Amino acid sequence: MDTDRGLAGESGRPHARGPANSHPLPTLAVWKFASCDGCQLTLLDCEDELLGLTEQVRIEHFLEMSGAEGPDGGRAELAGRGPYDLSLVEGSITTAEDAERIQHIRRISRRLVTIGACATAGGIQALRNFGDIDEFRAAVYARPDYIATLETSTPISAHVPVDFELRGCPIDRRQLLEVITAHLVGRTPRIPSHSVCFECKRRGTTCVTVAHGTPCLGPVTHAGCGAICPAYGRGCYGCFGPTSRPNLRSMVAQLGRDGMSEADILRVFRTFNAASPEYAPVADLAAEQQDTPGAGTETNPERPA
Amino acid sequence: MSASPDLYNSSPSASSGLVLDKDGMVALVEVLAGRGFTVVGPTVRDGAIVLAELKSADELPYGWGVELEAGRYRLRERADGAAFANAAGPQSWKQFLHPAKVRQWRADRVGEETVFIAEETSTPRYAFLGVRPCDARAIAIQDRVLTGGPHLDPEYRGRRAGALLIAVECTEPGGTCFCVSMGTGPTAPPGCDLVITEVVDDDGHRFWIRGGSQEGDEILAELPVRPADPATCAAARAGVAAAEDRMGRTMPEGDLRELMAGTLDAPRWDDVAGRCLTCGNCTMVCPTCFCTTTEDVTDLTGDHAERWRLWDSCFDLDFSQLHGGPVRTSPRSRYRQWMTHKLGTWYDQFGSSGCVGCGRCIVWCPVGIDITEEAAALHDWTRSEASGEAP
Repeated sequence: MDTDRGLAGESGRPHARGPANSHPLPTLAVWKFASCDGCQLTLLDCEDELLGLTEQVRIEHFLEMSGAEGPDGGRAELAGRGPYDLSLVEGSITTAEDAERIQHIRRISRRLVTIGACATAGGIQALRNFGDIDEFRAAVYARPDYIATLETSTPISAHVPVDFELRGCPIDRRQLLEVITAHLVGRTPRIPSHSVCFECKRRGTTCVTVAHGTPCLGPVTHAGCGAICPAYGRGCYGCFGPTSRPNLRSMVAQLGRDGMSEADILRVFRTFNAASPEYAPVADLAAEQQDTPGAGTETNPERPA
Repeated sequence: MSASPDLYNSSPSASSGLVLDKDGMVALVEVLAGRGFTVVGPTVRDGAIVLAELKSADELPYGWGVELEAGRYRLRERADGAAFANAAGPQSWKQFLHPAKVRQWRADRVGEETVFIAEETSTPRYAFLGVRPCDARAIAIQDRVLTGGPHLDPEYRGRRAGALLIAVECTEPGGTCFCVSMGTGPTAPPGCDLVITEVVDDDGHRFWIRGGSQEGDEILAELPVRPADPATCAAARAGVAAAEDRMGRTMPEGDLRELMAGTLDAPRWDDVAGRCLTCGNCTMVCPTCFCTTTEDVTDLTGDHAERWRLWDSCFDLDFSQLHGGPVRTSPRSRYRQWMTHKLGTWYDQFGSSGCVGCGRCIVWCPVGIDITEEAAALHDWTRSEASGEAP
């Protein structure tokens, strides 16, 4: 990893990494594409760790935090100057300009990590992938002809190689720190890809599906949030996206048994991670489910309204 | 266990033991707290009967029963006001004896050296009130797994050594229970400090209580008890005997270990894999599943590291991650690993079955996969294979 830090040194920015260490600090950049800014704000939400973080990395480009770039404090450019050791990329690609810009950012980044559902799976704006973009444009904007946009919202990995994808809408603060910390010491981030059920059981939450009949996506959803929603008595709605190899046929059938209609099932998967390739079979499975006698036709009477 | 074995037998003769009434149960929790125990027992929370620290016996689930089916758990009010007439809940005692998250050590970089700091465990002395017979046997299984071999788990041993077990015999099995098939209930096993059988009838609500250890006897001596009358003993025994005939589930006849070993290629594994979500719930709720993963964490400076042990599951892809990738990639291989280990290879490893028939894996599977139904299907397959019929 020392060679990594050498990059910053070559560009003439020597920074002490701690008083007893003369290694230059690795550099960090934060980038925004089509997104709500919530994930990059998670970095600023690391209130207790933020000062400590600035002793370990030099934050070179982060428009949410500062309009300046680099050690000389010059005005930041949208595309950034680079090079950077670690780039955190938020948002999806929805315009031709952004499709160009991500290529540039990849070129000036030693390691590129996507943060959040938009950058990792196209985000909620990927709902356009299932509709007609001209229709949306006409419905939303007074002057649709002013709006230049792509027909689809795509994850960063559809455009450039990505070193690591951090899930969530928004991402989890502790997981973000883990990714940065792991990068600093050159180890694999400790980000398990099992189901949310692991987190519920480890914290002792009673299963909301089994005990209350509440539909929950936890069994097919990537862990990382700490199972917040079930801890407050509501079902998981999948904001961290799919686990690796989810059994959607069985999950969809169960959601039907828990009282969800075909439309409800399709809708619950088409939210923050709508364009996840793992979710592609859901439309057909939900339709199949609707055709199964007795499924999805009545709401569980004990399900909280 | 120091006194006469007769007294400590879970099915003592005619009218041994003592009787405690509901006020006596309040006194029991007070006596335990007075002796420095952290009392843990069943209580109603979040629409379920969970295991939690009890400040008073009033927190016991008096008047609550449960309705259990595959993938379904519902609280039901009971007219008789019984406290312990409810089958296994969402948790087991392993969450206290073998916790989900344990820090094992810390390390700091001081100058050029790395200084390791051993974890100082200050485990409370637990008194487990209301241990069901199946769960008492599950604790005995984890005793063998975690402290029975040459490599003791210090965390488990520390928690277990100080724990007081107060078993309550089962008079109300659930629809998913099959302890009779596994030989693990409904009577309490030896080795419990106190054994209680709850009786509610025209003569009132009371608890037949027997000591099983010196400490249990000492606690009994501090309680407002009366000698057990033959009617109470007979009613208690009848309740437990009736429970034996009311199991909601049964395992197929025959040697389950042989069944598992002989059906590794059965098509049924594909069938169950089609339903299995590989979510890991069955292993997390199982009172004997013990697998963990180890995670090392560092802080931002890299000068401080910690090692944590967390519950893991054979349903997790990462669980079988070796050089080159996970070994058990298909859901079929993961479900089969869990069930054949639980019912079969557990004998080779630990000298008993790993299943106590508590039914938690059936209830808490979100899609209601039923280990007894799967075993029965495998059993039917071997018979059809043997007779040459098409399966």
